[in-house]
Amino acid sequence: MAQITCRDLTLGYDNEVILKGLDFTVNSGDYLCIVGENGSGKSTLMKTILGLTPPLGGEILWGEGLDVNAIGYLPQQTLVQRDFPASVREIVLSGCQNRPGFRAFYKPEDRRKADRNMERMGILDMAKRCYRDLSGGQQQRVLLARALCSAEKVLLLDEPVTGLDPKITQEMYELIQGLNEEGITIIMISHDVEEAVRYASHILHIGKHVFFGPREEYIQSDIGKYFLLQEGGASEWEK
Amino acid sequence: MGEMMSKLSYYMEFPFVRYALIVGVLIALCSSLFGATLVLKRFSFIGDGLAHVAFGAMAIAAVLDITNEMTVVLPITIVCAVLLLRTGQNTIIKGDAAIAMISVGALGFGYLIMNLFSTSSNLTGDVCSTLFGSTSILTLTTKEVWLSVILSVVVVVFFIVYYNRIFSLTFDENFARATGMKVEWYNLLTAVVIAVIIVLAMNLVGSLLISALVIFPALSAMRIFQSYKSVILFSAGISVVCALLGMLISILAGTPVGSTIVAVDVAGFAICYIIGRARS
Repeated sequence: MAQITCRDLTLGYDNEVILKGLDFTVNSGDYLCIVGENGSGKSTLMKTILGLTPPLGGEILWGEGLDVNAIGYLPQQTLVQRDFPASVREIVLSGCQNRPGFRAFYKPEDRRKADRNMERMGILDMAKRCYRDLSGGQQQRVLLARALCSAEKVLLLDEPVTGLDPKITQEMYELIQGLNEEGITIIMISHDVEEAVRYASHILHIGKHVFFGPREEYIQSDIGKYFLLQEGGASEWEK
Repeated sequence: MGEMMSKLSYYMEFPFVRYALIVGVLIALCSSLFGATLVLKRFSFIGDGLAHVAFGAMAIAAVLDITNEMTVVLPITIVCAVLLLRTGQNTIIKGDAAIAMISVGALGFGYLIMNLFSTSSNLTGDVCSTLFGSTSILTLTTKEVWLSVILSVVVVVFFIVYYNRIFSLTFDENFARATGMKVEWYNLLTAVVIAVIIVLAMNLVGSLLISALVIFPALSAMRIFQSYKSVILFSAGISVVCALLGMLISILAGTPVGSTIVAVDVAGFAICYIIGRARS
């Protein structure tokens, strides 16, 4: 059974429709990449999946006993975070607040969980360091570890490589792929169609034309060909 | 030195001096706790804005001849705090502009109605003491002292219980919201607490200098410390020390209380800045 099923979804804000009739499913272990131009509704779709914006129509069904709280979320970095005086451990631990009921303080098991996820992301040795002193790639690892603390089964990543240099970008993609191989479902928003096609198992392309399906079909489809050629063409030009 | 000590112990015999020291320390502690959050969320000027609102409210209370000013000042300030800190997308005027607008509007309006309707013989003195808090800290009644103590305890307990939530909210509101936290509710709660702190702090430094009490300790701590917890603990500590030092100096040297505390806060910041520079 599918983990997430979106049926005839209509997206938008306050009655202004951005996208209509969206159907797709996400199964356990999938690596779904959501691509599309700016303004096509990627962020709105993400907010709708997270339950922050109610859909204007249609529905999102959760399978395998999951609900909206089972999603670990990696948001885009905000201005506030850049000079934030917080240690890596404090930030990763804050992911542990994702659970029902109110508890004022962290439990020992939360701390163990945070340590485990920091180790997984290779940042355990910098647990006491200050977030603002880290490089962009290291900061993303911290936020990924936090997302893993909040949910173990599905990760939703919002443009995780924005602002990273090419080498770190590659490392980041490999890190995400590793998590996917461990069985975590990945839903990633990306503007980089080429990279999306390289790593993802499924593509959801939204905009004027909508495509949903496995990556092989996307590469063969007209819309896929068009966008891949465009990007390829652009990099050819740069050479 | 001995002369100073005897002068101090002479002053300490007066209950109003002891009250002032107790309330001053409590206010300094409370105001510093939320300083880091406000600075990091780019709301440094909220203290100023709300204090001016409180000034306007105080003017209304004075004109209407209401003896217990708090019953007017506190609700009005809380409402404005809620409006200003609401981070929704559909606010008409954004962040700093809204604060500036409400701030000067309330200040001007407050002075205007005081001028038009006041029955006091010493208008300039009244206005000056509300703006700079020159004497109000020394004229506290036992009732006001107890009120300050209770409100301070409430603020500190609130902060400790919600400490982890406040951290999450400050660091990443989107993530907090996505993990199911009722962000709007916590923002509202924080706004109310900040309004209470501002109204309390008006007694100490007056409405023009409140921002200093809120932001300087946090800014000083952020020069030196690397984790949120240590920033909070240090800013609480330095805030209390600076307030105490400022009050003692003002007693000994006969300087105005509020501005002396702020001057000590500035000095504290300078020292922390140098230490932070030397370390890096």
